[in-house]
Amino acid sequence: MAQILCENLELGYEGRAVVRDLNFEVNRGDYLCVVGENGSGKSTLIKTLLGLKKPMGGEIRFGDGLEPDEIGYLPQQTIVQRDFPASVREIVLSGCLNRTGFRPFYTREEKKKAEDSLERLGIRMLEKRCYRELSGGQQQRVLLARALCATRSMLLLDEPAAGLDPDAMQEMYSILEELNRKEKITVIMVSHDIPAAAAYATHILHVGEEPLFFGSKEDYVRSGTGKKYLSGPGGETHV
Amino acid sequence: MFETLSLYFSYPFVRYAMIVGVLIALSSSLLGVSLVLKRFSFIGDGLSHVAFGAMAVATVLDVANDTAVVLPITILAAVFLLRTGQNAKLKGDAAIAMISVGALAFGYLILNLFSKSANVSGDVCSTLFGSTAILTLTRADVWTCILMSVLVILIFLLFYHKIFAVTFDETFAQATGIRAGAYNLLIAVVTASVIVLAMKLAGSLLISALIIFPALSAMRIFKSFRAVILASAVISVVCASSGIFLSILASTPVGATVVCMNMAAFALAGLVGVCLKKT
Repeated sequence: MAQILCENLELGYEGRAVVRDLNFEVNRGDYLCVVGENGSGKSTLIKTLLGLKKPMGGEIRFGDGLEPDEIGYLPQQTIVQRDFPASVREIVLSGCLNRTGFRPFYTREEKKKAEDSLERLGIRMLEKRCYRELSGGQQQRVLLARALCATRSMLLLDEPAAGLDPDAMQEMYSILEELNRKEKITVIMVSHDIPAAAAYATHILHVGEEPLFFGSKEDYVRSGTGKKYLSGPGGETHV
Repeated sequence: MFETLSLYFSYPFVRYAMIVGVLIALSSSLLGVSLVLKRFSFIGDGLSHVAFGAMAVATVLDVANDTAVVLPITILAAVFLLRTGQNAKLKGDAAIAMISVGALAFGYLILNLFSKSANVSGDVCSTLFGSTAILTLTRADVWTCILMSVLVILIFLLFYHKIFAVTFDETFAQATGIRAGAYNLLIAVVTASVIVLAMKLAGSLLISALIIFPALSAMRIFKSFRAVILASAVISVVCASSGIFLSILASTPVGATVVCMNMAAFALAGLVGVCLKKT
């Protein structure tokens, strides 16, 4: 069974539907890009997948051993975090919180897990550094390490490249690709940078514009919506 | 100087004041870090005004144990302010300003209308600035204070990691199954309790200084959450005890002296922070 199966999902806020009849599924090892204009319901979709918001209609089913609170989430940065006094280690450890329940401390296993995910992202040497003194790219890696602590199998990323310089952005994309290909971690990424995001994806979900598109990247490239959004100013495609 | 101090410390009310002062400083500083980082500094200020209004009601009604009136009202206000902070209809800061000024006006009005005391402005002044209240503590007051501070510190220790997670990134915490709403509520209730406690030390106008100054000072120097919390607790306790000493020696108002010590500590911490950055 799929890790996530959405059927006839209807999303919106304050009683107003933004997206209707949303049908898609995510399988283990997929790399799904959710694209669309600002205000097309991408953020609402994320909140619904994370269980922070109830869908207005339809159904989301979780399967293949994925628990709803086991999605590793990489949110957009908030203003609060820019001057937050916290060490990298403290932040990454907090990704393990969903396993602690009412236990007021972390076990050795959880600390090991945090160290592992620091290692995987190549930021072990930053462990004791202060989060607010890191560069944008390093901060994103820290948050990604935290997300890896919270999950075994799925990452959900909200505009992971926003605010990064081109080099850091490229690095972020290749880290994600490696996690996806080598460790078979499912990636769901929301982005409005369609060409860049689509370059690495296996599947595309295009929301906002009717008709909605869901399918493999190859089909998207051939579809009407895909042609319209992927072609650059000179008419050539970026994929 | 030491003879004067040991003479003073032979009086139970001075010892009480010291115990209560240190405990209040400790619990308010622990809470302060979270409030400052969550951009909730003003909630403390707003709540203290509500506590003043409630205190006025308790005085007029002539209730024997005023905490029994003041605490529930302040907690209610805290819960209400937190709720409006999340719904966008009435913006958080406007709601706080409205409630705090309203409570202040209401409290002063009913004190003037109904108070049986001969010296209304003296009463008001001591509630606002806590001038003598801390030196008139009864044994029961001290025990209430010890009990509540221990409770606050215990809550803080038990939920330390959750409080960190909810403060740093509420959405992430929620997504991984932490009930952020419940923890926000807990923080609000504890804040209200600390404010009611601290009113005895600093008076309602000066309490928020006890909450925010130690946290801000600690944040100038330290860079991890745990270090900031610990430093803030130490700074707060040192400032409170030295402030109480000073106020006894120089017979200045206790609350204002403690707040001035905190301001001095903040200036010092700022200086240290700048020096650390340069090296």
